[in-house]
Amino acid sequence: MTAVVPGVRTAPPAGLGFALEGLSLGYGRDLVVREVDLRIVPGEVLVVVGASGSGKSTLLRALAGLLPPAGGVVRADGAEVTGTSAERAMVFQDDGLLPWRSVLRNIELPLRIRGVGRRERAAAAREWVERVGLSGAEDKLPRELSGGMRQRVQLARALVAAPRAVLMDEPFGALDAQTRAQMQHLLLDVLRDTQATVVFVTHDVDEALLLADRVAVLGGHGVRAVFDVRGTGEHQHAGLRDRIVKEL
Amino acid sequence: MTGRWVVRAGSVLAAAGLWQALTATDARLWLRFDRLPTLDEIAGEAVRQLATPVFALDLLQSLIRILTGFGLATVAGIAAGIALGRSARTRDVLLPLLEAVRPIPAIALVPVAILLFPTDEQGIVFITFVAAFFPILVSTRHAVRALPTLWEDAVRTLGGRRLHVLGHVVLPGILPGVFGGLSVGMGVSWICVISAEMISGEFGVGYRTWQAYTLVDYPGVIVGMLTIGLLGWLTSAVVELAGRRVTRWLPRAQDGAS
Repeated sequence: MTAVVPGVRTAPPAGLGFALEGLSLGYGRDLVVREVDLRIVPGEVLVVVGASGSGKSTLLRALAGLLPPAGGVVRADGAEVTGTSAERAMVFQDDGLLPWRSVLRNIELPLRIRGVGRRERAAAAREWVERVGLSGAEDKLPRELSGGMRQRVQLARALVAAPRAVLMDEPFGALDAQTRAQMQHLLLDVLRDTQATVVFVTHDVDEALLLADRVAVLGGHGVRAVFDVRGTGEHQHAGLRDRIVKEL
Repeated sequence: MTGRWVVRAGSVLAAAGLWQALTATDARLWLRFDRLPTLDEIAGEAVRQLATPVFALDLLQSLIRILTGFGLATVAGIAAGIALGRSARTRDVLLPLLEAVRPIPAIALVPVAILLFPTDEQGIVFITFVAAFFPILVSTRHAVRALPTLWEDAVRTLGGRRLHVLGHVVLPGILPGVFGGLSVGMGVSWICVISAEMISGEFGVGYRTWQAYTLVDYPGVIVGMLTIGLLGWLTSAVVELAGRRVTRWLPRAQDGAS
């Protein structure tokens, strides 16, 4: 486990690679996802798009270890995922913050869970408060924040303990267009300093093209197509966009 | 604003005046006021009692009993409520048992308590405990079940294990619900401690009140009643205040505008 030493930037831990092998997922008898095979490369940003009900969030929960597969396995760096881990932090759409903890104490939480000392975790959390642009709001409670500010806190909380993968479940889905654009750029900015693998779920194709290294389209109980976005310029996005929308 | 306070004070004063008029004239309408004490008799008795050490001792005795019983019930009720809310195994083992005992009013356990415990003191504390235990247990269990799973998921994906979930999600998250149970529990605790004292105590406000009645000391009865009311109000206020303090994070009506 990586020691978190504020002030001294230790090399960020390498991203986690995932392998989904014959993965079937569902609640009860209804399978949402059937026998999916997919590899997620360490350090990449994989955006999963799909219509509502296509199993995007279900897939993410399986990667997090929150949902045991109905069939097949999820592997993280070769080891079967059987439960949650601090290596795989998750960002939820809304209300993922603990409402009784202030901004600072929410961000500190993963460090607290790891047994990091009071002073160290406060220092690390303060650094992240600044990075996500929340200086001055440290002592506010989640209910006193706007939706965008709450998602900034969630982002900081997910990244403060340097996880090897960040799983994001429509994190900007509830925000207005302007705030959403700000958050997307903040995310790109923040991810530049980490090696973490990012799996990002959205139904917004433009968001997918902006953030992704690769885009996976989910539908009809499986992965319909995977598109490589790396190295494509703005002018090629329009074509890609059409192809993704066609798959949806 | 001051107008409303005048009305409120006026209402209390009118009730006191009516009492004074009825008792001073020894009114026998259908209700009989001839043996009930007037306000000045009550006040005189209260002043006399306040100066005696017995009054303070009774007060202390009752308070110790209720705080012990209620304190134990708080710990046991919350622990059992969480266990029942989160573990199907615990539900299978404990729920039938608890549901069988729950409909029995705690005060009906007095004979068993006398037989069961070596001293009356322990029996009274036991009755108080049982009285407060069930409302606290039930409200805790409901609060646990009403907890959004999202918070638990969040803590688990941040590396949290069972104990972290318990300490960082369940305990703080259920407090608003638990305090509802604590308020109710405090109320029934008082009913039971006073009743138990009247039946089997040798000290305590309840015992003293009943003793005053048997000694035909009616002003003493009223002073006892008022003391019990005051203690009940004070302890409820403490629970209420503590509850507000620890649940400050709840959304409140006046924040709606922001």
